[in-house]
Amino acid sequence: MLRYLPYLLAGTLFGFVLIKSEAASWYRIQEMFHFQNFHMFGILFSAIATGMLSIQLVKRMGEKRSLEGMPIEIPSKPPGKVSYIAGGLIFGLGWGLIGLCPGPIFALVGTGSLGALVVLAGALHGTWLYGALKQHLPH
Amino acid sequence: MDTLIAWLYAPWPWYVAGPIIGLMVPLMLFIGNRSFGISSNLRHLCAITQPPQVGVDFFKYDWKEHTWSLMFVIGTALGGFLAGVVFANPEPVKLSLAAQEMLTDWGFTQPGGSLVPEELFHPSVRNFTLLFACGVLVGFGTRYAAGCTSGHAITGLSTLQLPSVYAILGIFGGGLISSWLLVPWMLK
Repeated sequence: MLRYLPYLLAGTLFGFVLIKSEAASWYRIQEMFHFQNFHMFGILFSAIATGMLSIQLVKRMGEKRSLEGMPIEIPSKPPGKVSYIAGGLIFGLGWGLIGLCPGPIFALVGTGSLGALVVLAGALHGTWLYGALKQHLPH
Repeated sequence: MDTLIAWLYAPWPWYVAGPIIGLMVPLMLFIGNRSFGISSNLRHLCAITQPPQVGVDFFKYDWKEHTWSLMFVIGTALGGFLAGVVFANPEPVKLSLAAQEMLTDWGFTQPGGSLVPEELFHPSVRNFTLLFACGVLVGFGTRYAAGCTSGHAITGLSTLQLPSVYAILGIFGGGLISSWLLVPWMLK
């Protein structure tokens, strides 16, 4: 179990930041989609900039091994269009309504919010529904 | 020491929170060559709980290989507990004036009084039906798009992936439709 400790700690930091930055707040998400505050855009833009910069550094370091021993490779996503746009749109509709995306759902469940637990239950059913209907959907 | 403690209770500005979230991308690569993302855990949780007689193929795989990811979201909930309960911010969410006006217009009596509005999260049949239905959209959509805000907006854009650009366009479009049209209608 000890090999999973770094993941647990990284996740803890992530959840802590999501609550402290109020990214898990319904109000902040409404503010963002109505362009009434820079706060959420600041979080997203600076996160992407930091990620991009560090990926460039990782690339320039040459071949390196991770803590667990496997070589580090920059992940890439399978090509496609329809599923990314349609899935994104459906997810976005839910996000705009209840102001919670998956990370904040888990963080808010940790605060003891019963409502967030209901959202998580819904999300699991939605995921299952996708799995059951996958071959009938355009990708 | 007192400043450090005060810092733990206070809300964090975007320029502190954003870079920490962005650092999750290289951090996960350095720990175990993993791609940072949250919503795939919803699939793993389905794979764990799917009864053998149901047998949807999408959930037939060895979820134990993804234990690292499940540990990450257990951590996320733990971090939520620490930040939202142990070091809870006693102050309301400091919303912009424009947002306060809009929310008052929508009938909120205490905009930003807590992280999520009582009007929507207070236990009631209506609220929980709505929260569940929106959860279904989030779960269905994130799996269809193969990622959420973390996997596409953060990891995907950081690594310059075209599919993530498509996903972000969809996500933001959906969010705009909801918050401009559906939310005001839902609150009526």
